[in-house]
Amino acid sequence: MTIGIAMNERHDDDGIVLTEAQKRARRSRSIAIALALAVLVILFYVMTLVKGPGVLMRPI
Amino acid sequence: MSLVSEGANFRGPLGTAGLAEPSLATVGDYIALMKPRVMSLVVFTALVGLAVAPGHLHPVTGFTALLCIAVGAGAAGALNMWYDADIDAVMTRTARRPVPMGRVLPGEALAFGLTLAGFSVVTLGLLVNWLAAGLLAFTIFFYVAVYTVWLKRSSAQNIVIGGAAGAVPPMIGWAAATGSLTLEPIVLFLIIFFWTPPHFWALALYRTEDYARAGIPMLPVVAGDISTRRQILLYTAILVPLGIAPWLLGYAGALYGITALAAGAIMMALGCQVLREQRPAERACRNLFAFSILYLFLLFAVLLVDRGWGGLIARLAT
Repeated sequence: MTIGIAMNERHDDDGIVLTEAQKRARRSRSIAIALALAVLVILFYVMTLVKGPGVLMRPI
Repeated sequence: MSLVSEGANFRGPLGTAGLAEPSLATVGDYIALMKPRVMSLVVFTALVGLAVAPGHLHPVTGFTALLCIAVGAGAAGALNMWYDADIDAVMTRTARRPVPMGRVLPGEALAFGLTLAGFSVVTLGLLVNWLAAGLLAFTIFFYVAVYTVWLKRSSAQNIVIGGAAGAVPPMIGWAAATGSLTLEPIVLFLIIFFWTPPHFWALALYRTEDYARAGIPMLPVVAGDISTRRQILLYTAILVPLGIAPWLLGYAGALYGITALAAGAIMMALGCQVLREQRPAERACRNLFAFSILYLFLLFAVLLVDRGWGGLIARLAT
């Protein structure tokens, strides 16, 4: 509860203020998500090339 | 959850502790959620299933299949850690996992697991085939819903039935390569399925107090020490002929046959030692646990060399 109260007080002033450690952790997570999404895009692109024109010929 | 009554000071499965500090979870914590050591075994057995399968498979497709299987296994691990955080907190072996340590909130682990599960299954279906994707989805469901949520806390047969989830990866690999299933990947499934009980019960025999404190009805906790040792020998006696089966059925050559015979003889000898051992001695249990890992690795590695490696190289070359 102490944490909750402390955060509510901070809400009233400046909103949630991240510490340096929290900022670093968030940045590393953001970079990891960006990399994962980039890998996914590249994977779909390369697999489309691998499958060739047949990738468009799917039963409706 | 009802079995865990004491010792676990935990927020609950959805992490409803009210306001929490902004997350300090690192990328490493999320990787730990995916149980990388379990994932590596899953990927290895799936690779063997993929490599020994007949027919041509483009290497990029093979890589994609293995990546999706790895991520799917990671998803199952994260969902397991989300649900089991309360019992992980009271067990020595698992107390330092990210959720019981408070580095990742349960809700974050749940969201992470569900996202990975969705992406891995859909990507495998779209890019490889839907049989493999269906098997992957079934595996994740079985591990999380049947093993983690239902059996683990309610049945002494938890790891016997739940072990099916860990045994499916070679079938997913085979299905990814061929789009079908035959007897051969089912034999590989059976090897891992019957390997699981001796492996985990050997561990449970020297961690009995840990499991009892967490309220998990592992066989040594429920049925006792002697009964568990008999069950270990029984399952080992079923496992050893199954380990030789790929050679007997003509799926593998003499190298595999000799390896499976020799490693199987050691497994049986260690199983007999476990039966003869009396508590509080635990050396035989530790030996069986350690060798069982080597046994499974040896069987699949030699199968890969004996049968699949040539085929895999040929596929990469074409």
